Amino acid sequence: MLMIFLLGALKWLGLIMVFVMPVASLLTWAERRQSAMMQDRLGPNRANIGSVRIWGILHFVADAVKMLFKEDFVPAKAHKTLFRLAPVLAFAPVLIAFAIIPFGPTIHVDHLFKVLDPYSAPSGGERLQIFTAEFGMLFYFAIASIANYGTTLAGWASYNKWALLGGLRASSQMMAYEVTMGLAVLGMFLVTGTLEPGAMVDWQGPNPLHWGITVQPLAFLLFFTAAIAETKRAPFDIPEGEPEVIGYFLEYSGLGFGTFFLAEFVEIVFVGALMTTVFFGGYHIPGLYQNGFYFGDWFFELPHVVVAVLQVHAFIFKVIFFCWFQLLIRWTLPRFRPDQLIHLGWKKILPMSLANVMITAAVLLWLGL
Amino acid sequence: MGERRTFVFGQKTAEELEAEAGLPTEPMRVNMGPSHPAMHGTVRMVLTLDGERIRESDIELGFIHRCFEKEAEYATYTQIFPYTDRLNYVSPMLNNVGFALAVERLLGIDKEIPERAQYIRVIVGEMARIADHLTCLGASAMELGAFTPFLWFLKAREWLYTLLEEVSGARLTHSYVRVGGVVADLPTDFSEKLGARLIDIARVLNEGEGLIKDLRIFRDRMEGVGVLSAADAIAYGWSGPCLRSTGVDYDVRKDHPYLVYDRLEFDVPVGTRGDNYDRFLVRMYEMRQSLRILRQALDQIPPGPILVPDYAVTLPPKAEVYNSIEGMIAHFKLIMDGIRVPPGEVYSTTEAANGELGFYIVADGTGRPYKCHVRAPSFAILTSLTKQIDGALLSDLIPTFGMVNYIAGETER
Amino acid sequence: MQLAAYIPAGVVFLLSLGFVGLLMCAAIFLGPKKLTAEKLTSFECGSEPIGSPRARFSVKFYQVAILFLIFDVESAFMYPWVVNFRELSYTPAGAVSWFGFTEMALFVGMLVVALTYVWRKKAIGWD
Repeated sequence: MLMIFLLGALKWLGLIMVFVMPVASLLTWAERRQSAMMQDRLGPNRANIGSVRIWGILHFVADAVKMLFKEDFVPAKAHKTLFRLAPVLAFAPVLIAFAIIPFGPTIHVDHLFKVLDPYSAPSGGERLQIFTAEFGMLFYFAIASIANYGTTLAGWASYNKWALLGGLRASSQMMAYEVTMGLAVLGMFLVTGTLEPGAMVDWQGPNPLHWGITVQPLAFLLFFTAAIAETKRAPFDIPEGEPEVIGYFLEYSGLGFGTFFLAEFVEIVFVGALMTTVFFGGYHIPGLYQNGFYFGDWFFELPHVVVAVLQVHAFIFKVIFFCWFQLLIRWTLPRFRPDQLIHLGWKKILPMSLANVMITAAVLLWLGL
Repeated sequence: MGERRTFVFGQKTAEELEAEAGLPTEPMRVNMGPSHPAMHGTVRMVLTLDGERIRESDIELGFIHRCFEKEAEYATYTQIFPYTDRLNYVSPMLNNVGFALAVERLLGIDKEIPERAQYIRVIVGEMARIADHLTCLGASAMELGAFTPFLWFLKAREWLYTLLEEVSGARLTHSYVRVGGVVADLPTDFSEKLGARLIDIARVLNEGEGLIKDLRIFRDRMEGVGVLSAADAIAYGWSGPCLRSTGVDYDVRKDHPYLVYDRLEFDVPVGTRGDNYDRFLVRMYEMRQSLRILRQALDQIPPGPILVPDYAVTLPPKAEVYNSIEGMIAHFKLIMDGIRVPPGEVYSTTEAANGELGFYIVADGTGRPYKCHVRAPSFAILTSLTKQIDGALLSDLIPTFGMVNYIAGETER
Repeated sequence: MQLAAYIPAGVVFLLSLGFVGLLMCAAIFLGPKKLTAEKLTSFECGSEPIGSPRARFSVKFYQVAILFLIFDVESAFMYPWVVNFRELSYTPAGAVSWFGFTEMALFVGMLVVALTYVWRKKAIGWD
């Protein structure tokens, strides 16, 4: 029991504290730097500790320290409990949802330096995934709905009409796109026959022609769009559309605002991780099997630990690629009007997702499964 | 017994259902006040919202009123030029030129301005016009979420500001034009620099336009939004790019030519629908026509004096001031008393970046005007804003407000 | 599943909530506390707030929520079908059968009818 507890905690620490939080924090810098490069200007490059600047990467440290020491107050007529609870509800679910992401292969500690047999896996071993359950992805959908509470409560509890408008818009948008997310990825579940992300990654394997993107390209597009809409990033950032309603986090200051802000960036990393897992083969590298590299006739043997390390790095690389891609989309496209957004969600993406599922089922039957 | 209601598809609209059910909905009054990111220059709007639809809007001006007209009564004609800079603070040169032309018409010397001065006024005026349109389009794009065109357009605007700084000494508050000409000649390398920059600006315009003009999201937000018909526009007193977007072909530079515009070839783009997208396109094409005017003006500009040699109106050169008694007296009188304009009144219009900028000056024979009124183009456009956004969504207000290019400085003076 | 298999989920819940709670406590205790009357009023773009945000807001937002409920329940029904699709597609004799597919097609068809109804009644979105 204790072993399970400790292993879970260790995996959480490794994934969240070592990978997700630093990447999300760096993303706050990367967004400004990438947008600056796209817009022909310099971007933040001044934050320094002593004389160490590293192109301004330390800005995220400066931001965090600034937000920590700002005054945190609750407006007089706001609902104090809900006001303080809302950021927790917005941020914690995203961290919890990382539990189902497989970020590496099954590690067999006693076979570390041997070459594994390609046709069978040794028993036991620890999967690099915090929570393995039959209903894998449903866990994510359930937890993500709680994040919806966070934004709406923030808007309502702030006792501010602008925040209320922003919170209501956020709730409508998130609800619309949760449905479409759930339906869009059903095609992938049909094809793999399972809901569990680890099993989906195993099904995809190291062959790119077997990955989700080749098998279900439409589902990828719809799911990616819906996921970006869920995270309220541009072009779907109506709830926080600054020039319009200023945002549901209007009355928050200091770390309260920082929590919403950081939650958004952690969500970017999460969407990247989700796309990687479901559609891009997770931690697999094309051609890298359990015992080494296969390229046609050429075979290069590798011990287990090297394969595992390479695969974890592949996962990290793919996630960072998706983060970069989402930042690119943000700085290129203007934002939708709220009713256009709702129309897009209900009238375009929803019917397309349903059609995708039914056509996939029909094709599978026709091909004889 | 009423008629049987059958729920056949599409026969009843949601409004009818709502009216029948008698659901009470309370509209929400929201204050989109002076410090709101989309309110260009401190305007306060009190909106009555029904969900997201604007049922009523009430616009309150006055947050940037700085008593231009009252100040003008206590300043000499030359001292008013810095005040005119601060009217339309995005394209100050055009205000300077407008005011100078008005005073010159009162004096009767508007045909005697040296040619070089007229060409210089056209050049700096068109540069200011391009800067104004770049700011308008960039800021509107940014408020819609397209941050990148904003920065590209502002990069082009920086080039123009740098050149204007070389000409006049300041990036924004030029005070460059004087009654009778301009205060200083262009720098010697100005032609080459501006010629090179014109190519750069054309490139930036193509890039920025290519990024958003045909983008589906952008068009969905701008097309059909903020429509005003041509008849309404004329009734409200619109002018400039906004009027031209409704289909009325009226440009002061073509219909009542002033300075040397009749010697320059340029087209006037006219829209068709009067919505935000047409205003966007009209401004985009106007910038290209301004580039065309600039190229021709740079070719045609003759050498020569830049001030009318009439020392009752313009300051004599320093050599004469220090060495001849007439020069010193003329200098003294012009500085202390101002230009003595014979009694009369004039209403003189020019085509500013936003429309027809008019100066109504009543002179009483002294060196200070009796009355100086500014007919700001944005004022007429703002009065019709309620009509444009009535019934629109809150998110439609943002691009509409951006594309009418409301400049608070000139509206509230 | 045995209860022991849910321990990692419990660990994740505890640690995530603890981490976020720590952040919030740090915010409350580390910042200065200089409250003034103006800071405590609501922000309404620089002027005095008009009216109250606790007034009733439009029912259109509620309509979208109800729609969400319907379609989310639909997708909840589709999940078990998707996972069991392969079993549903074989007759007991072992031949491929379209039974599972037709069942779900009927279900989705009824919901498509509902969606079309809502669409034509203009209840989607903020018309």
